[in-house]
Amino acid sequence: MSLLKPLIISIWFALLFLPFKGLKAALFFLIILLLTLLLFNSLFRYKNIFKDPLQKIFNLFEFNILTPLYESIYLRYVLFAALLVIPFFVKDYVLDVAILSCIYIILALGLNVVVGFAGLLNLGFVAFYAIGAYTYALLNTKLGIGFWSALPFSMLLTTIAGFLLAIPALRLRGDYLAIVTLGFGEIVRLILNNWDTLTKGPNGISGISTPVVFSFTFYKLTHFYYLLLFFVAITIFITKRVHKSRIGRAWIAIREDEIAASTIGINTTMYKLYAFAFGAFWAGLAGSIFAAKMQFVSPESFTFMESVLILCMVILGGSGSISGVIVGAFLLVLLPELLREVQLYRMLALGAGLVILMIFRPRGILGGKSASLRI
Amino acid sequence: MHFGGIKAIEDLDMRVKENQIMSIIGPNGAGKTTIFNCITGLTRPVKGSIFFSDVNIVNLQPHEIARLGIARTFQNIRLFKEMSVIDNIIVAQHCRTSSGIIDAVLILRKFRREERIIREKAMEYLEFVGLYDFANTMSGSLPYGAQRKLEIARALASEPSLILLDEPTAGMNPQETVQVMELIEKIKKLGKTVLLIEHDMKVVMGISEWIVVMDHGVKIAEGIPEDIKNNKLVIEAYLGKEY
Repeated sequence: MSLLKPLIISIWFALLFLPFKGLKAALFFLIILLLTLLLFNSLFRYKNIFKDPLQKIFNLFEFNILTPLYESIYLRYVLFAALLVIPFFVKDYVLDVAILSCIYIILALGLNVVVGFAGLLNLGFVAFYAIGAYTYALLNTKLGIGFWSALPFSMLLTTIAGFLLAIPALRLRGDYLAIVTLGFGEIVRLILNNWDTLTKGPNGISGISTPVVFSFTFYKLTHFYYLLLFFVAITIFITKRVHKSRIGRAWIAIREDEIAASTIGINTTMYKLYAFAFGAFWAGLAGSIFAAKMQFVSPESFTFMESVLILCMVILGGSGSISGVIVGAFLLVLLPELLREVQLYRMLALGAGLVILMIFRPRGILGGKSASLRI
Repeated sequence: MHFGGIKAIEDLDMRVKENQIMSIIGPNGAGKTTIFNCITGLTRPVKGSIFFSDVNIVNLQPHEIARLGIARTFQNIRLFKEMSVIDNIIVAQHCRTSSGIIDAVLILRKFRREERIIREKAMEYLEFVGLYDFANTMSGSLPYGAQRKLEIARALASEPSLILLDEPTAGMNPQETVQVMELIEKIKKLGKTVLLIEHDMKVVMGISEWIVVMDHGVKIAEGIPEDIKNNKLVIEAYLGKEY
């Protein structure tokens, strides 16, 4: 096993490389990759030898090496402080990426409730995102309602949409549920695309106004950055609280074993409904912010690929783990941006990265404890 | 408590007396587990009725039946494997708690008190079945015998008055089997009623106060252990092979 796995991995990636750079480069790549993997393997084997002396050093700082870095409380404060001051040091481009990451973090945390906690595969999550965005867009452009007054409406509407999808969908399980949710996502997109009189079809709705707080209008990227930081914090806090409560435990019980869950008194149908609605609730929030930030919405932003991307974030980061999902969302927004330099190989490199990750951490980056998705 | 004729299994009429340990025995495929599934609402009988303290529970959902006070274990262990041992017990107190989403988000006093109480209770249940030291282990990584005990503890945690155990000693060594027998006696002392499916005759004869024998979906005999041991029909159908 110790030799076979690295060998298969390097051959696989060398084959990926072959059409672009020719045979010679592919062989070179194969050897390099094989050597690196073998090196990593041997390092991994001696990991335990290094662990004790390292722990002794860290003991001086009262830092436990065995608790993962992301769980240490100091790191959290440092990270939070860093996030607060970022806008003073960076270019608009970086802020733009940060804002996008924040929107996706909210979306991924919402989908995590459905997929990670309750174990229900939802391939049409983008539909709720779209409903949230269009609700704010329409309320704002047709009736002139401001962001803060429209937000509760659009979140309420997406929650109701979540309920409505869940009612027929929950008679199904696994693959069938996935197909129905996929269909729902497409239906919503097609309605938005074709209901010209209301949504202006593929042209989209433009001229959406930005949020106003006490006669202070949001116009700079920095403002949106802080607004999103605020909402991300709220999302993390609430999903964490709910996860640790009676409701979250019921969801996980349903994911682990639905029949056993029902015989200890959990109303499985109702709780699956709640999961769908609660997940949709956050998509509604993300959608409204997205519409307010872009000041423009069109059906193009809500394609099936978007659903897949959000699902990737959840599974990549570690389905069911809140910090994992945040990392997953951040990485999947960041990676394509970083790889902009190598235009041609961008998607290739991204795909290869995902494959490597799934080989070495099949439960996601931070998904050690929680269950992987079971269909 | 009594169960009316469950036609799907074929005319079955049985009663479970309160605070008694009663066993259902019979060869494989006799319909024992089906009886459990009907009682807990997982399958719905075509005809007939099941009364639990004068309430007809035949058309109720599994979670409603659990709320009324019936809990069960499964023949093939059905634990929440990726949850810790203590979380398995905590989640089982679901229908005895009531904090909602608002309580949890705002961390209201009610929520904190309820969380503290169910955690303490969960530790008590773990102590009761002898798994106190495993509280923070992942339940999927427990040894087999301990998983069976945890499932019993989980059933107890939903505070039932009737507890259904589906082959609680299957696959256990003699020592563990004795522990489970003692555990069942202890459950009875709590004032609960135990209905048991079991193949191990030592267990059945040792702790049952009343035995129902099933074969091919029909009740062929019932009585106290001594009578069952000497019943000709029973020996023919089932015990004859083992005794």
